[in-house]
Amino acid sequence: MPQYAAIIYSKDVDWTLPEYTTDMKEYNEFGQAAAAVIRGGAALYQTSTATTVRVQGGKGGDVIATDGPYAETKEALTGFYLLECADLDEAIRVAAQIPAAWDGAVEVRPVIDFGG
Amino acid sequence: MTEAEARAALVRLVRDEGRRVLATLARVLGDLPLAEDAVQDAAVRALESWPRDGVPVEPRAWLTLTARRRAIDILRREAARAGKEAESVIEPDDPPPPETVRDDLLRLVFTCCHPALAVETQVALALRTLCGLSVAEVGAALLVPEATMAKRLTRARQKITKAAIPYTVPADHELPDRLRGVLAVVYLLFTTGYAPTGAPRPDLVDEAVRLTRLLRELMPGEPSVLGLLALELLQDSRRAARHRADGTPVLLADQDRGRWRRDLVEEGVLLVGEGLRRTPDVPDPYVVQAAIAACHALAPTWADTDWAAVVSWYDVLLTVADTPVARLNRAVAVGELSGYPLWHASRAELLARLNRVDEADTAYRAALAIPQDDAQLTHLRRRRARLRDRTRTG
Repeated sequence: MPQYAAIIYSKDVDWTLPEYTTDMKEYNEFGQAAAAVIRGGAALYQTSTATTVRVQGGKGGDVIATDGPYAETKEALTGFYLLECADLDEAIRVAAQIPAAWDGAVEVRPVIDFGG
Repeated sequence: MTEAEARAALVRLVRDEGRRVLATLARVLGDLPLAEDAVQDAAVRALESWPRDGVPVEPRAWLTLTARRRAIDILRREAARAGKEAESVIEPDDPPPPETVRDDLLRLVFTCCHPALAVETQVALALRTLCGLSVAEVGAALLVPEATMAKRLTRARQKITKAAIPYTVPADHELPDRLRGVLAVVYLLFTTGYAPTGAPRPDLVDEAVRLTRLLRELMPGEPSVLGLLALELLQDSRRAARHRADGTPVLLADQDRGRWRRDLVEEGVLLVGEGLRRTPDVPDPYVVQAAIAACHALAPTWADTDWAAVVSWYDVLLTVADTPVARLNRAVAVGELSGYPLWHASRAELLARLNRVDEADTAYRAALAIPQDDAQLTHLRRRRARLRDRTRTG
């Protein structure tokens, strides 16, 4: 069965703060409801904690680490799930249940199967 | 039959049968792009050999067999390249029963018009996969260079495969939404060809009508399909009257109604009736638009149009599809009921701003036809002339 990354774009906040308890509860509920298809995933700290790494001059060059995310967007990449679904229609149905889809967006991308 | 007509009939036969063969093969293979390559190849062979050897007794069986062989070849070659045994996925079987062919065709329709594909991609796929046009023909039809169209279609096929867009008919609870999407794509194809502003492309109109007829065959009782087919036929019935010999458009009010195709009008009106019977509670936007088109189609002249009926149909339409265009068109009908220069003039200004030049011009003309003071007439003439200048330079 194909796998999909459900990439979450939402408000850029620290989900561990007490004011996001309700949000976390919703994510937990989703996690339980979709347990049969969730193969993995992670929630990320806010983009202000991100460091973007580039190596200038290609492999072996100078390591340039800059403060902040790769792209500054209104809604930030704040996490992802790895889903295993029968087809895109099922993946879309599951993604629609992720709380971020209700006020942000969820990008569904097929995962490459290298056949290993 | 001339040679060109015979050729066109042959192409039509290959496309119609090819579509059915494709629909089933895609299900059997579980791979739409592979099935498409195989059927395309079979179609090319058919167009080469049938004029020479004669059309086989069972054209569909011929195409099926040739396409299957081709698919096996492709699979074997790919397997050999990957150093694997080819899986024997294609078991020869009896020709599928009609219900299966129907379901396969529906799967094909809903896959090509899947909402996860961009609308312009859906339109291109509809022409390529559902109508059986070549990539070059699709490009020409949608005014996109062939190379660009080839890239767009390749990306679409990749997305269908990689993202696993399913080859299924949507479940009952999803069907109304998905059908709306399919009809929007087909109607977009129609309007692109019908071209209220630019040069019309009758080939696109014909493909859209054929596709709508296919949908009706597949979903005979679906009111919105009946409505869309009626709407298209009633609009297309005016084809011969819509342009002068030099290609300039003739407005509905000025068209020679003797040149409207009565057979299409009759068929369209019957379909409207059937659509209305099947929507006693909630009006369907396509059926209602077709009912409005029927009011025009049945009026012997513009002046004799039953404007009261047109206005009330627009009132119905606004309850299910409240769009600015519907409101404006309702206002036109109200204006025809009354006949009021300032009203026509302000409508003309609005239309001009919307860049709907022809309609703006008609509105100016309607305003000018009503007796009023000279200053006002001069102003209106000036505004109308400016509108015409803009079209010439733009």
